[in-house]
Amino acid sequence: MATATARAAPRAGILARPVAPMGIWSWLTTIDHKRIGILYELTAFIFFLIGGLEALLMRSQLVQPDNTLLGPGQYNALFTMHGTTMIFLVVMPLSAAFFNYIVPLQIGARDVAFPRLNAFSYWVFLSGGVLMNLGFLIGAVPDMGWFAYSPLTSSQFSPSVGVDFWVVGLQVLGVASLAAAFNFLVTIIQMRAPGLSFMRMPLFTWTTFVTSILIVLAFPVIAVALIELMFDRLFGSTFFNVTPAAAGAAAAGGDPILWQHLFWVFAHPEVYILILPAMGIVSEVVPVFSRKPLFGYPFMVYAVVSIAFLSFTVWAHHMFTTGLSAIAMSFFAASTMLIAVPTGIKIFNWISTLYGGSIALKAPAMFALGFIAMFTIGGLSGVMHASPPVDTQQQDTYFVVAHLHYVLFGGSIFALFAGIYYWWPKITGRLLGDGLGQLQFWLMFIGFNLTFGPMHFLGVDGMPRRVYTYSPGMGWELWNVVATIGAFVIGVSVLVFIFNAFKSLRTGERAGDDPWDGMTLEWTIPSPPPHYNFVEIPTVAGRNPLWLQKHPELAGRHVPGADPIATDTGHSGSEGSGAESHDGHHAVHVPDPSYWPLFAGAGIFVAGFGVLLSAGGNLSLLAVTGVGLFIVIVSIFGWSLEPVNEPVQA
Amino acid sequence: MSAHQPEHAHPGAQQYITIAAILTFITLVEVSVYYIAALRPVLLPVLVVLSAGKFALVVMYYMHLKFDNRLFSGMFLFGLATALFTAIAFIFLFHLLQPRFVT
Amino acid sequence: MQQVASAPPAHPPTHVEEPSTGLNNRKVLMWAFLGSDCMFFGALIVSYLVYRGRWQGHPVPTDVFDIPYTSVSAFALLMSSLAMVLALAAIQRGDIRRLKIWLLTTAGLGLVFIGGQIFEFTTFGHEGLTLGGNTGGTTFFVLTGFHGAHVSLGIAWLLSLFVQAVRGQMAQARSLDVEIAGLYWHFVDIVWIIIFTVVYLIPI
Ligand code: HEM
Ligand SMILES: [Cu+2]
Repeated sequence: MATATARAAPRAGILARPVAPMGIWSWLTTIDHKRIGILYELTAFIFFLIGGLEALLMRSQLVQPDNTLLGPGQYNALFTMHGTTMIFLVVMPLSAAFFNYIVPLQIGARDVAFPRLNAFSYWVFLSGGVLMNLGFLIGAVPDMGWFAYSPLTSSQFSPSVGVDFWVVGLQVLGVASLAAAFNFLVTIIQMRAPGLSFMRMPLFTWTTFVTSILIVLAFPVIAVALIELMFDRLFGSTFFNVTPAAAGAAAAGGDPILWQHLFWVFAHPEVYILILPAMGIVSEVVPVFSRKPLFGYPFMVYAVVSIAFLSFTVWAHHMFTTGLSAIAMSFFAASTMLIAVPTGIKIFNWISTLYGGSIALKAPAMFALGFIAMFTIGGLSGVMHASPPVDTQQQDTYFVVAHLHYVLFGGSIFALFAGIYYWWPKITGRLLGDGLGQLQFWLMFIGFNLTFGPMHFLGVDGMPRRVYTYSPGMGWELWNVVATIGAFVIGVSVLVFIFNAFKSLRTGERAGDDPWDGMTLEWTIPSPPPHYNFVEIPTVAGRNPLWLQKHPELAGRHVPGADPIATDTGHSGSEGSGAESHDGHHAVHVPDPSYWPLFAGAGIFVAGFGVLLSAGGNLSLLAVTGVGLFIVIVSIFGWSLEPVNEPVQA
Repeated sequence: MSAHQPEHAHPGAQQYITIAAILTFITLVEVSVYYIAALRPVLLPVLVVLSAGKFALVVMYYMHLKFDNRLFSGMFLFGLATALFTAIAFIFLFHLLQPRFVT
Repeated sequence: MQQVASAPPAHPPTHVEEPSTGLNNRKVLMWAFLGSDCMFFGALIVSYLVYRGRWQGHPVPTDVFDIPYTSVSAFALLMSSLAMVLALAAIQRGDIRRLKIWLLTTAGLGLVFIGGQIFEFTTFGHEGLTLGGNTGGTTFFVLTGFHGAHVSLGIAWLLSLFVQAVRGQMAQARSLDVEIAGLYWHFVDIVWIIIFTVVYLIPI
């Protein structure tokens, strides 16, 4: 918090400003998008390890028929928490980590549009993650699947408070996602550097933009569904309850299918929320490592945007077996097949970018290539169950498990690792070891295919998903053993990554500003970037601005007359890297740290906790929720009284 | 950049009051239509059109979308259109289309 | 100008970044939020519509509706929108006295609406329509209740602007603060326009 050091501890609003430049309080009160990005990354990685352990436990149970390592209840809890964790606590926040760290750099901004809202998002995300996992402490773990199908979730069939942990945790996570998405939407619309028009934006910024739109439109729907479920469980309403609330009362008349519709209206866009950022990362990595600008940039953009439209029109493809009418089936089958078109366009564009390029097979490129191959397989199995009769065969079998892991693991996680290897030097100033990176890639790639490839066969053979064991003699033994071995190979690959990360932090090769000969603005500033990112806000004259400057011949047709990145010092590295600019005499506009986002996040935690306390049956404990909301209100009040920046003490 | 966004020609108090008068009138029509037995068969379309008109008037004049930057209209209409599409689809799914099998 | 909040400029103006579109960040945020809130109310309204005509037992919402009564409270909310735009017109002219009057009128009409809703809920409860009785009661109370919560939040917001105006902290330069609060308020009003028609008036 370099800018703060120049100032006396000022008092404006209710609390004095936090001023510590380092140490724990500086992290707790930070509103620097880069630090928040790092917090997201670390938190999400810890959840990745937890979710991974849950997966390894499940695979250990399934290694042989009639295994008794886990009971059915434990297995249910594990697959519920594994799915929920990986989707909401790993892939989404890992993407959010890059939104935070990279997008402001790519658009030439000094921070996001609402820095304190950004910190708030992180603390609420952390609260939601903790609330979600709190059930482990008291042995009431959510155990109804990440889709929480009704009527399984009703008080009658799930009397334990496990479901409530899921409801409250997910609701809180939704608040965090919404706050972050609004912020990135406004940031990208409003804070682009001069000259950076929409059609010049890097693809990762584009996918962040579209992902934010999807979050903004999809999360309100799950919020409503969760509110309704919470009302059913807490206050005896009958949104999804089929059976009467009390013995002798009239039938409640609720329709469990309503839950499925509301859930998938949210959850299909959600799968694009999970994959679009990954596609954005790959669209950054592939051109840089094949030294060719992205092939068909406008089509890439149109494909991303049309996916945003289409993803709200396909949800019932998850419900082909619920008795939809023939017309509805045809509609949703057709729209689902249609969405494969923009997806296919992207795959062909990446391949065309690679074609004829001088490809450097560094670790980020390996993961990106892995992504393209694995995601293509997942997309193909997706189009297969877009056909209702085929899906009727595949639904609830391991074939679907194979599909969703090829898109989510082979897709999202591989791309996120590509992003980690690609941007790590920008974030830490040191490169990750490439040899260890290659080792990790191959272990993960082989392990992944060993684990999930055979699940296609198991699925076609009829092995049901979400069941804790199977009988011998079904012909499923071999592939289950292979899958379990593969899972542990993946585990080893993650250990290799952790080793690589620690090694890089201690002794990694210094990266310099631009280790990959990159093409976007984040590579014009030092690694790690100074607090204020850019000494002078750059002016952008075309796509791939840094290539326009360094290698006009690489940057394609858009060679302009003007200096592609005009700042008064040109390359800011020389001026911005030293400590001399840290004394604030640049007077750059960087927001000051604040306590309020942390307090507001804590208030949300207390509010959620209150709901959980009352879920035991004592509704008067909702008073705790009231206290939590009061803390939130006070914090927002303090927040709005506090100026974004303290006046400079001249 | 284009910082001098035209201080949009907000309608004045007079126009606001005219709009309010129209809104009041439509509301009166809505409620009276509800009570006229002869109009029952067309009640649904009539009410939908009337309330859509009120909606549009408030959005265009009181929320200034008619005069303001088109980005705002885009953001709002995208959300509105998605919500409408979803709502209509639900009405089809739950009320109008014949389920394939009834449990 | 207008970087994030309406705080006084803290730094030499040469270094303050201009928004790319020339629009205000908070106004863009508000419109994004309203687009998003369409989906929120869309989902709640749809939940009501899905069960419409499938209600079991009595009373159901249409048994207890009192159309003239609700028309009056709907009208109060509609007119609060007029008061709201007049408040905005006032501050844009720099007329703080009228700003105060119209802000208070808006909030007052909002309170009339909320009072009406509380009375309506109580009456319906006495007549046997309850949250858990049937899907009609469930979807009606949760939909209109969440709308009421939105209105209440809006009232609190308007009153906080009013208090600031009384304390002399509102000036022409802050008309944007009133405009943004107004956008929220009108949105809550148009949601009620839909609810009034779809929930109360349309038979079936
Ligand atoms: C070509 C594009 C895609 C198509 C046509 C497609 C199609 C489908 C269909 C029809 C199902 C339902 C299968 C069933 O339950 O019987 C499904 C399930 C699933 N898909 Fe996809 N998909 C595509 C891409 C994706 C992507 C990109 C993701 C995520 C990154 C994804 C994640 C999932 C998940 C998580 C499920 C399982 C949900 C559950 O039951 O828990 N899909 N997909
Ligand atoms: Cu889907």
